[in-house]
Order: sequence, then C-alpha cells, then structure tokens
Amino acid sequence: MVEFSLPSHSKVKEGKKYKAPEGADNIKRFQIYRWDPDDQDNPRVDTFEVDLEDCGPMVLDALIKIKNEIDPSLTFRRSCREGVCGSCAMNVDGTNTLSCIKDIGEIGGDVKVYPLPHMPVIKDLVPDLKQAYAQYASIEPWLKTKTPPPPDRERLQSPEEREKLDGLWECVLCFCCSTSCPSYWWNGDRYLGPAALLQAYRWIADSRDEETGERLDGLEDPFRLYRCHTIMNCAKTCPKHLNPARAIGEIKKAIVQRK
Amino acid sequence: MSLRTDLAKVRGLGSAKEGSAHWWSQRVTAVALVPLIFWFVASIISLVGAQQAVVQAWVATPWVSVLLILLCIAMFHHLQLGMQVILEDYIHVEWLKIASVMIIKFLAVALLLASIFAILKVAFLG
Repeated sequence: MVEFSLPSHSKVKEGKKYKAPEGADNIKRFQIYRWDPDDQDNPRVDTFEVDLEDCGPMVLDALIKIKNEIDPSLTFRRSCREGVCGSCAMNVDGTNTLSCIKDIGEIGGDVKVYPLPHMPVIKDLVPDLKQAYAQYASIEPWLKTKTPPPPDRERLQSPEEREKLDGLWECVLCFCCSTSCPSYWWNGDRYLGPAALLQAYRWIADSRDEETGERLDGLEDPFRLYRCHTIMNCAKTCPKHLNPARAIGEIKKAIVQRK
Repeated sequence: MSLRTDLAKVRGLGSAKEGSAHWWSQRVTAVALVPLIFWFVASIISLVGAQQAVVQAWVATPWVSVLLILLCIAMFHHLQLGMQVILEDYIHVEWLKIASVMIIKFLAVALLLASIFAILKVAFLG
C-alpha cells in the first residue's frame, strides 16, 4: 500500500552546521541530505555556509568545494561537469536536475540538495539505480535487424529519418525523469518509467531497426507502459529539456495504429 | 532473500501483450462523455423548477431516453476503467487489489442496470 509517512528510522533529522570563514560576505547556505550506511543514525540535513566569491557558479562546484574544504565524507557521483554524463543527477531546490548545470544564482534562499527521490540511498546523495539500469537493459537498447549489413558501408538513413531521433538521442540516462514520476514511485518494480520508455522509443523510431513490432509487443502491458498517466513531471524536470511523455505517447499511438 | 538478477526481476513474467484496449476504451468513453455531459447538465438546468409531469414527458421523449441510456453506459464504463487503474496504482496487496477491482466492476454493472431500469420505468410508466 501507499505509505503516507516515513518509517521512524528514515525520518530526516537536523544535522551539523558549518559556518562560513570570517570575512566572507557573499554567503549561500547549502542544506544537504546526509546518510551513512555504516552507522545506525537516521538521515540528517547538514547546513554548509559557502562563500560564493570563492566558488564556481554551479551547484556541483559548491558540492566539490564542500567536499574539498569542509567535509571530505560528503558523497556524491560526478564526472563530466558539463551535463553530458548524467552522473550528478540529484534533487536540487525541489526539482531533479544535473547539479553540474544548475546555476546557484537561479536559486532563491537556501539551496536544498537531496538524492533522487524514492530510490534506495547508498550513501548521502548516491541513489541505488540498479533497478533503473536493469529496466534500460530490458528494452534491449541496440539495433536489431534481419537484413545483414551491407558489406561495404554502414546502414543508410535519410536525413528525414535521422531527424526522427532528435529529442531522443540526447538523453544521458540520468533518471531525473523516472525518479520524478509518481507512477514510477508507486509501481517502479513493474512500470518501466519515462527514461527507459524514451529509450525504447528511440529504437522504435529508428528507421534502420527491423524489430519494431517485437519491441511494441514487449512494451504493451498494463504496467510496463500504461502506468504512464501523462502526469508530465518527466518533461518538466528533464535537465536536457527532452519530453519523455511525448515519446510514451508515440509508443501508445503506434500500438493503437497497428490494431 | 533473493539471488535473482535485477534483469530477471524487471523482466518478471513478461509482457501481458494487452492494455491498449483498456487504454483506448478509456479515451473513447471520455470523448463520448464530453457532448453527453454538456447536454445533460444544460437540460437539467433548463428543467429546474419544472413540474414532475414535464420532466417525465422529457425523459419519455424517445431520443432523450436513448441519450440518457447512452450517457449511463459511457459513464459507468468509463468509471470502472478509471477506478481499476487507480486501484492498481495504489493498492499493492494482491488479494485486496483483485477484490477491490472486482467490487468496482460489480458495482458499475449493478448501478448501470439500475439507472437504465429507472430511465425506462419513468419513460414507459411515468
């Protein structure tokens, strides 16, 4: 059943406070979710005061500064720091986003940083995404064909056919969308979620793929696909400005079309 | 404890290969309900304060009886489709989910038949 309150060991408590150094006058406060699997404590929210005069512009810059200069135990994923790897997905200021392309200046008041919602937490801002990765694997994200490849060249695609993949190939699989979706929160074990479904449509829309029907067969399911109720959180939160809800709509249309 | 792989869990029992009929009928009944509801609400407003005989004569008009019955069919069908989705979303205890979906379906059929019976009774017997 849906649970309306957190279990007592998951209730978030107030954590430590770290003051800014003397003389700093452009101070921003970062309230960051902390949880350590190695102790028995509840999760807590630590408050770090950061001098913005001595910090890069993005939320990730502040997190790295905090880790380097204040608390080295702060744990988060990051890699490319330019919005193409999808590692630093987290909930910043109430919305899932990539912290490396989230401008601190856009955020009024204290900056609240939490892990992606409704996923098991491994530590601090690191969510356990193994179910989401398995769901991505389950849509078999590779080109499937019956026709053998031409011996002397790649498989051809017209510019118009290639255009159909725009708005799909840009997805970096950060799972901001899936973890923002209430339907995925309630039924994530069976509903594939917007990220995996957008990726599924990326192969359905690919003119070179020859297993479109089999792909649709695999998706046509009351839970895998039809748990999408067009809530649109996915499109609202996507840090790459993609529209997974539209991709899901296209899958539903294709399934009706072939009837 | 389970040592199944994540992929095995996600693939589960496989695709049901259905769900589109349910989804599509929800859309079809929704489209049907738009004009029916507008017509029904407008008619009821125009009948506010009317004598019982006037209302009875209105219901007994052949095309009105037919539209009222259509409204009930579309509405109760739409209701049970939508309620099934909501119950499946939120109830994660398998037996309770099946039981509540069944109750909704029984209720929808019973209320639909009662409504049709009432319309026909007013239309034919006054």
